[in-house]
Amino acid sequence: MTNTLHRYGDAESFADDYIVFASPSRGKNDQGSIPKLKKFLEMALPFKPVNIGDPAHGGALRPSKNETVISHWHRDVKPRLRAVIDGIDEPASVAAVFDNLEAAENFLKTVREADLCLSINISASIEGARKCCRFAGIEPHSIGYSLGFEGKIEKLPNTQILALTTMCGHGMISSSLGKKMIDWVKEGRRTPAEAVTYMARFCSCGIFNPSRAKRILEDARKKME
Amino acid sequence: MKINADKCVACGNCIYVCPVGAIYVDPVIKRATVDRNECVECYACYNGLSSEHLNPVLVRTVRKLFQMVRLRFDPEPDICPTAAFEAEDLQWPRVVRRAFSDPRATHESTGVQGRGTEEVKTNDVTDRVKPGEVGFTIEFGRPGVGVRFRDIQKMTQALANANVPFEKKNPLTLLMSDVSTGTLRADILDEKILSAIVEIKVPVDRTEEVIQLVHEVEKDIDSVVALGVGTRCDENGEEHVVAPILERLGYRLERAKTNTGLGRITNSVEKSPKEGVAVL
Repeated sequence: MTNTLHRYGDAESFADDYIVFASPSRGKNDQGSIPKLKKFLEMALPFKPVNIGDPAHGGALRPSKNETVISHWHRDVKPRLRAVIDGIDEPASVAAVFDNLEAAENFLKTVREADLCLSINISASIEGARKCCRFAGIEPHSIGYSLGFEGKIEKLPNTQILALTTMCGHGMISSSLGKKMIDWVKEGRRTPAEAVTYMARFCSCGIFNPSRAKRILEDARKKME
Repeated sequence: MKINADKCVACGNCIYVCPVGAIYVDPVIKRATVDRNECVECYACYNGLSSEHLNPVLVRTVRKLFQMVRLRFDPEPDICPTAAFEAEDLQWPRVVRRAFSDPRATHESTGVQGRGTEEVKTNDVTDRVKPGEVGFTIEFGRPGVGVRFRDIQKMTQALANANVPFEKKNPLTLLMSDVSTGTLRADILDEKILSAIVEIKVPVDRTEEVIQLVHEVEKDIDSVVALGVGTRCDENGEEHVVAPILERLGYRLERAKTNTGLGRITNSVEKSPKEGVAVL
């Protein structure tokens, strides 16, 4: 799956977006990989990731099936990083999302030193990934470029909505919700910080970047593209 | 996906969270309703909405009272107040909608998890894309547009006609009735899904040819296409072969996924692909 690859934006817009993920490969190194995946995310915590997650259970903010009426005023919006780590129970790609280069560089260096034997990828601007690899003393093995969207692109929403919704590569954050959140921020009905928590809960593997989303919403409040 | 009409209070929250806009409030019954032809069974509504378990009659009454005095009920936008969504037991061929749309669904139809394979993200241990080769991921329907298999088949048939081999373990390849012609099973052609990925691999010198072919065919496809191109780096960790081709074709390379090469084969015995891992 290519769900971290096709985020919408130019290189500059990815200055606060670095996803480092660890992948076991079926039949190659998936045996005994669960403790390594947990260790990978544990090692991310000191570098203050803005989200972590796995595709089987979700990210640090998840929906609740037992909300009460009180939740409309006192919603629990604290990311549950520990729950993500504890919940890993099958070999799957796990991801840590950072909003600054320094954190991503240092985390990647730590991961290299830990020698987990899992495939480690960084999804970011090309230059951002290059800097991280250089800092960590890594010579990349392969690279997958995003060539963006083609075809009937007239069916796509505007660029601000795209920048928000493509942060869930599985497409679980709808364009309508992205538009609604921009509108609500513009109307002052919700803060950008509140709006990103709604969207983050729909991302099913925890690669949504709340920090970048907040910035996009702040920008959209002043200027709708 | 079904919405229980006895529970729904037509608050409208679910309308906005549907990635393909398949939910609307039916003006006759005054309940949220799923357009089954457009629904891709992604379960974003079912999985993503938080749920309360309020009394539907009470909520409808309160909403009516509010409406009478032009007051707006302002609920949290990601909550279904009455837990009205109910998952269906999907049968073939509709079940393929969920397999290609709900990221948490396993491909019961194909035995493969995820919408694609591991492509270059595990290339350091699989050696799938070798030096001198280029792996393409041609994804249809993303983001949030959706696509029918009939449209995808236009591309798979064109690629097969150009003698481009398909990735064998890819879920789409497994749904082909004839891989040599890129023909998909006839009974799934009208099914709509959120996205699917065709995965192919060619020598570097066919890069431009494949991209031109994709450009030509996508004109006749009623959806969007997201192209990904994966290749090997040289011994210094640099890539100076494919990027120049892409830039010459007019692409601005902004974002990439970089495989750091830290993976190693550690399994004592290789497992069956069906015991595989979920992929991002």
